[in-house]
Amino acid sequence: MAFRAAVITFPGSNCDRDMAVALESVSGAAALRVWHGDAALPDRLDFIALPGGFSYGDYLRSGAMAAKSPIMRAVVDAASRGVPVLGVCNGFQVLTEAGLLPGALMRNAGQRFICRTVGLEVANTSSLFTHSYTRGDTLRIPVAHHDGNYFADQATLDALEAEDRIAFRYSEAVNGSARDIAGVLSANGRVLGMMPHPERAIEPAADPALGGADGRRLFENVIAALAKA
Amino acid sequence: MKTRILVRLKPGVLDPQGRAVHHALEGMGFAGVEDVRVGRLIELDLADGTDEATITAMCEKLLANTVIENFTIEQAE
Repeated sequence: MAFRAAVITFPGSNCDRDMAVALESVSGAAALRVWHGDAALPDRLDFIALPGGFSYGDYLRSGAMAAKSPIMRAVVDAASRGVPVLGVCNGFQVLTEAGLLPGALMRNAGQRFICRTVGLEVANTSSLFTHSYTRGDTLRIPVAHHDGNYFADQATLDALEAEDRIAFRYSEAVNGSARDIAGVLSANGRVLGMMPHPERAIEPAADPALGGADGRRLFENVIAALAKA
Repeated sequence: MKTRILVRLKPGVLDPQGRAVHHALEGMGFAGVEDVRVGRLIELDLADGTDEATITAMCEKLLANTVIENFTIEQAE
């Protein structure tokens, strides 16, 4: 059966098309595009992606307004039924603001917007997003954010580590994130939020400076895991 | 009914914005600045009789992110 993925677009999303292109490139099926004001998601979804960008101009806090938009009620519902959800960059911020993931994403410790390719160390290898990786694998994935400084209290961070819910860590200092956390999983491992952009690293480029294909595997993992299920 | 909500980062949460403002003040030659924390002031004009519990719910559900922020509610008559 064709892979049915939805990409949510909020006013101010700017990586929604990249996400849709990545999903189609890996799965062979066009992603369904959903507007933030829609009250319902398409039925029988296999996967939901919340893209990067600056939803609602980052008013109040990054992701805060989008987290309260009508479609997010449907996304929270779908996640509670076990539909996998990936939030990238602003999508990660929306997931924390919506309460689907713990913690918060604060202004980068260095105050600056950071736009470059960084090393990411794979920390979890059991989730549907990460099962084909080996712990300690290093990926090269671009980041582009101003508010990527992951914060949670010590007890939450300890619990995330104990429950193997840290998907990725930066392998270099990037934005001041607690314990170098770059990506976090929900308790059931089916919701992943990450600041780096795997959808921007899905095609091997002639020039490595133009990115790479290290993000492709994450989407392949999801599709393979769902095909097996 | 004018109500002011003060949203502040919790003590202990690093405030890069406050730190940058602190450095800027020192760079401008202002001595004696020991710390700077930047918060947010939200002014609400509410129907008379809006109860405190409703205002608190607004703060907890949207105006503040209680993972990182505290809020105080001031009725400004």
